Amino acid sequence: MKQIASDVVIVGGGIMGSSAALFLRQRGLSVTLLERDLIGQHASGTNFGNVRRQGRPLYQLPLANRASAIWRRAKELLDTDVEYIQGGHMRVCYRDRSEMVERMESYARDAKELGLELELLSAPAIHKRFPFLGPEVLAGSYSALDGHANPRLVSPAFARAAQRLGARIEENTRIILVEKVGEDFQVLSEAGTVYTAPNVLITTGAWGNELASQFRETAPLTSFGPNMSVTEPVPYCIKPSVGVFTTEEKETVYFRQIERGNVIIGGSTRAPGFPNTCRTHVRPQNTLSQLQQIRRLAPGLGQLRLIRVWSGTEGYLPDWQPIMGPSAVAAGLYYAFGFSGAGFQIGPGVGETMAELIASGQTSIDLEPYRPSRFSPEVG
Amino acid sequence: MAAAAVEPRVVVVGAGPAGSRCVEALVKAGIRPLVIDESARSGGQIYRRQPDNFTRSAEQLYGSEAAKATRLHKSFDGLQGRFDYWPESLIWNLAGNRIFVVRGAQQCSVEFSSLVICSGATDRLLPVPGWNYSGCYSLGGAQIALKAQACAIGAEVVFMGTGPLLYLVAAQYAKAGARVAGVLDTSPFYRRVAALPDLLANPRALYHGLGLTASLYLKGVPVYSGVEPLAIEGDAAAGVSAVRFRDGRGREKQLHCDAVAMGYHLRPETQLADLARCQFDFDASTRQWLPRIDRDGRSTVADIYLAGDGARIRGADAAEASGELAALALLADRGQAVDSQRVARLQQQLGQLERFARGLAKAFPWPHQLAAQLADATVLCRCEVVTVGEMRSTIALTGASEANRAKAFSRVGMGRCQGRYCANAGAEVIAAATDGDICSAGRLRAQAPVKPLPLALVEVAPEDWLEVSAEGVDPVLKPAEAGL
Ligand SMILES: Cc1cc2nc3c(=O)[nH]c(=O)nc-3n(C[C@H](O)[C@H](O)[C@H](O)COP(=O)(O)OP(=O)(O)OC[C@H]3O[C@@H](n4cnc5c(N)ncnc54)[C@H](O)[C@@H]3O)c2cc1C
Ligand SMILES: Cc1cc2nc3c(=O)[nH]c(=O)nc-3n(C[C@H](O)[C@H](O)[C@H](O)COP(=O)(O)OP(=O)(O)OC[C@H]3O[C@@H](n4cnc5c(N)ncnc54)[C@H](O)[C@@H]3O)c2cc1C
Repeated sequence: MKQIASDVVIVGGGIMGSSAALFLRQRGLSVTLLERDLIGQHASGTNFGNVRRQGRPLYQLPLANRASAIWRRAKELLDTDVEYIQGGHMRVCYRDRSEMVERMESYARDAKELGLELELLSAPAIHKRFPFLGPEVLAGSYSALDGHANPRLVSPAFARAAQRLGARIEENTRIILVEKVGEDFQVLSEAGTVYTAPNVLITTGAWGNELASQFRETAPLTSFGPNMSVTEPVPYCIKPSVGVFTTEEKETVYFRQIERGNVIIGGSTRAPGFPNTCRTHVRPQNTLSQLQQIRRLAPGLGQLRLIRVWSGTEGYLPDWQPIMGPSAVAAGLYYAFGFSGAGFQIGPGVGETMAELIASGQTSIDLEPYRPSRFSPEVG
Repeated sequence: MAAAAVEPRVVVVGAGPAGSRCVEALVKAGIRPLVIDESARSGGQIYRRQPDNFTRSAEQLYGSEAAKATRLHKSFDGLQGRFDYWPESLIWNLAGNRIFVVRGAQQCSVEFSSLVICSGATDRLLPVPGWNYSGCYSLGGAQIALKAQACAIGAEVVFMGTGPLLYLVAAQYAKAGARVAGVLDTSPFYRRVAALPDLLANPRALYHGLGLTASLYLKGVPVYSGVEPLAIEGDAAAGVSAVRFRDGRGREKQLHCDAVAMGYHLRPETQLADLARCQFDFDASTRQWLPRIDRDGRSTVADIYLAGDGARIRGADAAEASGELAALALLADRGQAVDSQRVARLQQQLGQLERFARGLAKAFPWPHQLAAQLADATVLCRCEVVTVGEMRSTIALTGASEANRAKAFSRVGMGRCQGRYCANAGAEVIAAATDGDICSAGRLRAQAPVKPLPLALVEVAPEDWLEVSAEGVDPVLKPAEAGL
């Protein structure tokens, strides 16, 4: 049987696994990254591409800020343009949900103390500065240092950068068993190869439970596919990424324009994921509800045509927070999965945090809100 | 949901030869199908009808196929009132047993009990430097301009590519009085000779094909075989000015023109079958992925049937036979009695036409080696303006060796046409760049919408459209057409 040894085996090559691989290599640990399909093919490569901090729970902001710093130097770090555009992020609420204004205001006050500056805008100011927003928009909160990036490019760029630093990367390698034998873990692929390491990081997204359950650390993970659409290209003029702040899932739509000119639209009702087939299918009904909602947010988009819709498989937890941190059962085993629809922006921060934790045994980021055993009090 | 008020329907997509014959067989068996077609009028591609106020005769429009065209139109028109008909309506997506249809800015969804997809074919295209200049058309586009609008794509037209349509459309142009500057076929003549045994499976079609070539020679149109297209000359502002190519003996030549019509035989329109999650297989003889069907047209998904050129490129006669056969399969699957002798006859007829189709594929092969060798500067994806060289360097950088992966990184196939024009050549470029075979380069997965979808859509209930189509006077019944 083929055996391959390293300091860390990472299972799952989405943005979490591939960025962790780079940051572990930067810290001098040897790394093997194993991906069932292709690097970044799933949630990390199919997401909307929002690189936004605002709207995240306040306790997530340290992680988001850490990521934000990486996004800003992504081009140099990765030696590739991942189309990160710091065009700002706008969060708006509608007139018929005026109660959201107060929530935006208090969020802005608290976020400021945590290093996220938000500019609050009233309706006249918004319509002057962002004339493409619809008359229903009542107020907004603008984060100048956020933006968006091309998800298709990001994780492969991290993986290539890690590879250049010596990480071993194997695609089309599905891991079926992780076992601790003595001091080391033995990680077995479907093809029969055994990868050994004293540390294992599980970053398998919506599929996290397949391996976590082998350590009786099953999380209440469900899978969904948010709706995405893209329009034909039109002259580039919209810099910020814009989203609706509401309590109604149907109304939660967002859009951004890329330099090529296409407008990317996301949100409204999600479809169930199909983790077994690794495919999500956009429900046509959801495209229709998305179109209806996006016309409220930016009526001018109603003049365009959609050329494609897609989705991706994402793992969600009941509290919308990931499973992230050390295993309560096996020393040397770490998890970072189930990012609940918002892992793209924090991804590089997660990678760096997990690398720090694995390499040094500690991290400056408070991981308590993401404790893997938080849903199963009997474990650990 | 309002749509629940309408009972699940037997739905036929496409009112070309396959769809028309399918509808006829269904109506005869007492079913009232719902027929949805993107075109304004029935007839499909080959038997496309001219707009209302045009008065050319069937002979003028369809040449040797006039009698067949007239029979097909009459059959369809004669059944009016016994099926529901939604023209100018596109099925843009489907999910489960529900189709989603757009007409103008209205959208409506209907549940189906069975779905027969007769979506036809479009030209297979091979990029060539300059094919992005104005004045470049597909053969289909050139033919539609002539059939539907009675106009030519230019005053002096070069026809380039391969396949029976190359000669057909060139001959139609010549006959209509347009100046045909030349016909450039990438297939060498000996291939046609080698394909003769299979082509003899349909002597009538073979005879007509030879007749077309002869008519071009008689009109003094230069016809070259075994050519290698080099470039379409011109500039972005003025468009096409000439075609440069190497003839069968390797000599470089140039033909002046102001328009080029291109096509390398056909590719089936399979997005709906793909969205319905039908299985596909690679067909080595045409180097295309085709939805898997049984001999009667059943797909791998229950209640979904595929007929006509949308399933296999077999031509118009086969489209008629396979459309009827799919209807009979559908009826049998519903437990209705069908004439088994008729089924056997259709199967036998289809078998023969398939042999002819194989002959055509041999006589006019897809010049895949030309696609593999395209110069770096050639635009590969016209929608996204990505060159072959950019695709190659993306592949080299990322190791992408499969079409969807290469699309994700390079944008090839990501634009308005969703790869319908560039995917065949793109796969060849990928295969050549990765030493992989064409089969492992895979195929672009279809993603909705089937064609660009207006964001301004307003939802309506199917009852609204059903009433209109049942009561409204359909333009195909107008007396203007009676002369046909
Ligand atoms: C449509 C969509 C839109 C989104 N929009 C945004 C957004 O705008 N902003 C934002 O911040 N977040 C967004 N998200 C969320 C974000 O994309 C995810 O949270 C993030 O990409 C998760 O990364 P990951 O690495 O955990 O998961 P993934 O990218 O899914 O990676 C997990 C990988 O593990 C592999 N794997 C699974 N099992 C095994 C195994 N047994 N062996 C080997 N490999 C295995 C999988 O093949 C997969 O590649 C969106 C998500 C989706 C789906
Ligand atoms: C330029 C050209 C010339 C041709 N000439 C010949 C010829 O001379 N002889 C020959 O044998 N074959 C010819 N063919 C091939 C020809 O297309 C077929 O043989 C014949 O028309 C196939 O019939 P069909 O019913 O399968 O498809 P078509 O006749 O193509 O009909 C398909 C119909 O389905 C509709 N449709 C497709 N998708 C959707 C959707 N999603 N929603 C709603 N409607 C939809 C289309 O609008 C179309 O009306 C030609 C093809 C082309 C492109």
